[in-house]
Amino acid sequence: MTVRGITKRIGSIKFSCVSPEEIRKMSATKVITADTYDDEGYPIEMGLMDPHMGVIEPGLRCKTCGCKVDECPGHFGHIDLAMPVIHVGFIKDIKMLLESTCCQCGRLMLSEDQIKVRRESMDRMEELGGGTIDVKNFSKETAKDASGKGICPYCGKEQVKIKLDKPTTFREVNDNHKLTPKEVRERLERITDDDLVTLGIDPSTCRPEWMVLTALAVPPVTVRPSITLDSGDRSEDDLTHKLVDVLRINQRLRENRDAGAPQLIVEDLWELLQYHVTTYFDNQTSGIPPARHRSGRPLKTLAQRLKGKEGRFRSNLSGKRVNFSARTVISPDPLLSINEVGVPVFAARELTVPVHVNEHNIEQVREIVRRGPSPGLDDPYLPGANYVIRADGRRIRVTERNSEDVAEGIEIDYTVERQLIDGDVVLFNRQPSLHRMSMMAHRVRIMPGRTFRFNLCVCPPYNADFDGDEMNLHVLQSDEARAEARILMQVQENILSPRYGGPIIGAIHDHITGAYFLTHDNPRFDRFEAANIMFRLSDIPMPEPYIDEKGEPYWTGKQLFSTVLPSDFRSTFKSNICRNCKTGCKKEECDFDAYVKIRDGKLLCGTVDVKGIGNSKGKILDRIARDYGADRAALFINQVTRLALGAIMNHGFSTGIGDEDIPAEAANQISSFSQECIDKVSDLVESFHDGTLDQMPGRSLRETLEVKVMGVLGEARDQAGRIAGNHLGMTNPAVIMAKAGARGSMLNLSQMAGCVGQQAVRGERLSRGYWNRTLPHFEKGDLGAYARGFCSNSYKSGLTPTEFFFHAMGGREGLVDTAVRTSRSGYMQRRLVSALEDLKLTSDGTVRNTIGTVVQFRYGEDGVDPARTVRGKAIDLDDLFAEVLGDKADELLHIDTKDVGGDYGSLEKDEMEYIEEEDSEDYDDLDMDYDGGGE
Amino acid sequence: MAADNLTFNVLKHVLVPEHHLLSEEEAEAVLGRKGMTRDQLPKIRKSDPGVKVLESIHGPIDEGRVIKVVRKSETAQEFVGYRLVTRG
Repeated sequence: MTVRGITKRIGSIKFSCVSPEEIRKMSATKVITADTYDDEGYPIEMGLMDPHMGVIEPGLRCKTCGCKVDECPGHFGHIDLAMPVIHVGFIKDIKMLLESTCCQCGRLMLSEDQIKVRRESMDRMEELGGGTIDVKNFSKETAKDASGKGICPYCGKEQVKIKLDKPTTFREVNDNHKLTPKEVRERLERITDDDLVTLGIDPSTCRPEWMVLTALAVPPVTVRPSITLDSGDRSEDDLTHKLVDVLRINQRLRENRDAGAPQLIVEDLWELLQYHVTTYFDNQTSGIPPARHRSGRPLKTLAQRLKGKEGRFRSNLSGKRVNFSARTVISPDPLLSINEVGVPVFAARELTVPVHVNEHNIEQVREIVRRGPSPGLDDPYLPGANYVIRADGRRIRVTERNSEDVAEGIEIDYTVERQLIDGDVVLFNRQPSLHRMSMMAHRVRIMPGRTFRFNLCVCPPYNADFDGDEMNLHVLQSDEARAEARILMQVQENILSPRYGGPIIGAIHDHITGAYFLTHDNPRFDRFEAANIMFRLSDIPMPEPYIDEKGEPYWTGKQLFSTVLPSDFRSTFKSNICRNCKTGCKKEECDFDAYVKIRDGKLLCGTVDVKGIGNSKGKILDRIARDYGADRAALFINQVTRLALGAIMNHGFSTGIGDEDIPAEAANQISSFSQECIDKVSDLVESFHDGTLDQMPGRSLRETLEVKVMGVLGEARDQAGRIAGNHLGMTNPAVIMAKAGARGSMLNLSQMAGCVGQQAVRGERLSRGYWNRTLPHFEKGDLGAYARGFCSNSYKSGLTPTEFFFHAMGGREGLVDTAVRTSRSGYMQRRLVSALEDLKLTSDGTVRNTIGTVVQFRYGEDGVDPARTVRGKAIDLDDLFAEVLGDKADELLHIDTKDVGGDYGSLEKDEMEYIEEEDSEDYDDLDMDYDGGGE
Repeated sequence: MAADNLTFNVLKHVLVPEHHLLSEEEAEAVLGRKGMTRDQLPKIRKSDPGVKVLESIHGPIDEGRVIKVVRKSETAQEFVGYRLVTRG
C-alpha cells in the first residue's frame, strides 16, 4: 500500500520588511569602496566583489564560510547610506501612511471610537476565517477614511495635504515644500504600533520607517557574477554597475555633507542617490529615465530579473529547459508506421541514450565508441558515442582523436552515451499539450533530411499540420522510463481516446477518399492496377483473382480492402454517404452502396469511408482496436492507409475551383429563387411597416420580422445549395470529399457554388455601423435583405463590395470568438489541472492525493476507464447480441432505425468543430495560416 | 426522521444525498474492508447541516465518527461514500 513517511506542511509564509539593523546583522561585510578588483585581478576588501560575500572563481574560498564555488551559497553585504532614501517598492504604502496619520503627533486620524469599531471588525474577520486579502481591503478602507481630515482629533494640528510627485518625491500642497526622505522617515517613526495594527500592518515585523532605507543590502556575488570575456576583460553584472553608482554618489554625498557644503549641493546629491537606489530596485519606474549601460542598453536591475515572461518566475521556476531533447519542423511520411517518428541524422548524432556496459555488450559498446562522435557516412547510418562515463562518475568526451583509446579503456560498469538508433523509444510532443495524447512515445527511425516525420494518422491527437509546425522530441534515459513509455504512452496504446470511447487516430483526408475509391461500387482492377495498389503492402499476399468474360484475371476493390481486415472480422453499419432514405433502408440492395456488411473478414457490400476508418468515427477501426488489441489496430491503420493511398494514386484525384462550376440554367434558377426570397423579405418589411405583420407569441413585432426574415433567407441559401448540389454529382471530386467525410461539407460547397447566405453577428442580422443603417450605401431604416447583410452571390461568382464588407464583419466575429474562447478555456483548464494534477488512481480503485487521503472511493464512481468504453458506455449490448445471435441480431436491432454513427465523441468536440467549420466557412483556412505564422 | 427541532431538514431535500451515522463497529468493518485508516477518509465538518440533522436523531456525534453517504450517481446508479466527522 501507500508508503507513508513524515509529511511536513508549510503552515504559512510571511513576507515582510527588513529593518536596517537586520540588514547590518546579516551582512558579511560593509561595502565602502566602489572599486571591484585590484591590479592583480583580486577582489578588493570592502569592495563590491569582497570575497566575504561569496566566491565565483574556481579555486578561491569564501571568507565567510570557507566553502568553494558552488558550495558557498553567497552572503549579503551592506552599504550604509549617508542620507536616507525612499524605497520605490513601498511608495504607495508610505503615501497611505502619511495621508492617514497626523503630521505632528503621528496618530491615526480617526477618533478612539472609530478605531475601536474597526479593530473589532478586524478581529471578527479573523475569527470568521477571513483571508489576508480581506484584511488588506478592509484596512485600505480605514486608511481612506482617515485621510483627508482637516484637523487631528488628538493634537488639533491642521493637516497639510500631501502630494506624490512620481516616483519618489512628496510635497506639501500648500507651499510646495518638498519633504525630504529624512522628514518622511521621522513622520513614519511617530506612528504608534497600535495604529499600525488598525492600518493592517504588523509592527512586530514591519515598522513603516524601514520603508525609508538607511542601509542598503548588497546581494551576494553569486547573484551578480562578473564574466571574463575572451579578450581577458572583465564584464560586470548590471546589478554591480548599479551598486557602483550608488556607492560613488553615497561617498560624494557623505564628503560634501561632512565638509559642510551648501544645502543646494547636498540636496542635489541626495536626489541623485535617490535616483540610483530607485533604479537599482526597478529600472522601469515611470517618471524617471531608465539607467543605461554605456552602449545605451537599459540596465536589468532587480525588478527586471523577476518580472515578465523572461523573468525568474515564468522562465526559470514555472518552466525549465531540458537536455536530450530536439525541436524542428515536422513533415508527413505516409510510409512510416503510426508508432514511428523520423529523426534527422543531424539530430540523432546529438541525442544520446546511456548504455550500461556489462560483460555481454562490452564488445558492441567498444565498437560504437570506436566510431567516435561522427562516424563518416550518414547512409547507412551508424551510431557513434558522444560521452563515456567511468564507473566513478567522471565523464569523458569522445572525440575523433581519442575514440580508439577511450574504446579500449572501457570496462564493465562504465556507461556509454550512445547515439540514437532505429527503434529507440522517444517522447514526441506538440504544444499546446492539452490532453495526454499531446505527448506520445514513438519508435525512432533515423532518416536523411532535416525534419521530424510521422504518419499522417497521428495528426489529430497532436492537432498538427505541416504548414510550419514544429514539434519537440525527448529521448528517454532509463529503462524504467522506456518501459513505462512503451506500455502506456506508445501511439498504438492511445488509438482509443479517453475523451470519448472511440478512436482518435485513424484515416484522414486522402486516406478516406482513397478508401472510397477502392470500395465504392466495387470497381474492378486488372493485374497492373491491382499490383499498383497493393505493392506497398509487402506482407500481404495478392488474393485469388476473379476471371472475367474474356478470361482475363481481375480483382475487385472490396476484395482488396478485405485483405487488411482480420480474418474473423464482422461488422454492420451505414456509411457516411448513406442518404437516410425515407422509403426505408434497402440494406444490401442499397442504391448508393452505403450499407456496409463485413462477414469473416470479407467486405460484402457497402462503401468504406469516414464512418469505416476515419478518425473518431471509424467503426471498423473502433472494433479492431477494441477487440483485437493495439498491435492489430496499429497494423490495420498502417495497412489501410497504404492501401487507400494506393487506390487514390491509381485513380488520380484533384480538386479546383472548376469543381464548383454549375450550368447556366442552374445559376439562373438560383438567382431567380434568391430574388424571390428577397422580394418576400421586402413584402415582410412592408407588412411590418403597415402593421399587418402577425406578431408571434412572446416576441415583439420587430423580433417577429427578424425571425421571419431569417427564415426566408435561410431557405434561400438552402435552396441554392440544393440546386447547386443537384448539379454537382458524385463524380465531382469536391462532392466526393464532402460526402465521404474526407474534407469540407456540402454547406461549404453550396456557399462556393450557390449562395453565401445571410451574414450574422451575435446570431442576428447585421445592424450596427452608421445611424440606423449598416453602410451609407443604403437608406436609413432599410430593413431589406441586402441592407442587412444578405449575400446572394456565391464565393465563385464573387461578392459585391457591400456583401464583401458584411462577410468580413461576420468573419471577424468568428475570429474574435476563437481568440477569446481559447484564452478563456486555457485558463480554466490550467486551474482545473493544478487542482487535480497530483491525484492518482491507486491499485485498489480509489482516487487519492499525494498524502493518501481518499478523494473518490471508486474512480468515476463506477471504476470504468473511459478509454475502454464504447462511446462512453461501459458495455455495448448491441455488440454482444450481434456476437451471440449472428446475423439475426441485425434484424432484431433494427440497424436501419438506429443512428449508427450517432457518436458520443462527435457530440462533444468534433461536432462543435464541425459546426464551427460550417459557421466560420473557409475562415478555417485563415485559422490554419495564422497557426503557422505564429509558429 | 425525528428531526422536528430543526427549522429545516436538509436531508429531505432532493439534491441532498442520504447520510447515515455508522456505529463504531460498522465503521471499523468498513475501514477494514477498504484497507484505509480514518485519517485517509474525506472529511465532513461537525457543523455540516447534514451532520446536525443526524445529531438531532442520534444525539451528539463526536469527532472521529464515520458517516456513510449514499448518493445517486450518473455512472453507477448508486454510490456509497464515507466521511470522517471533524471539528468545525
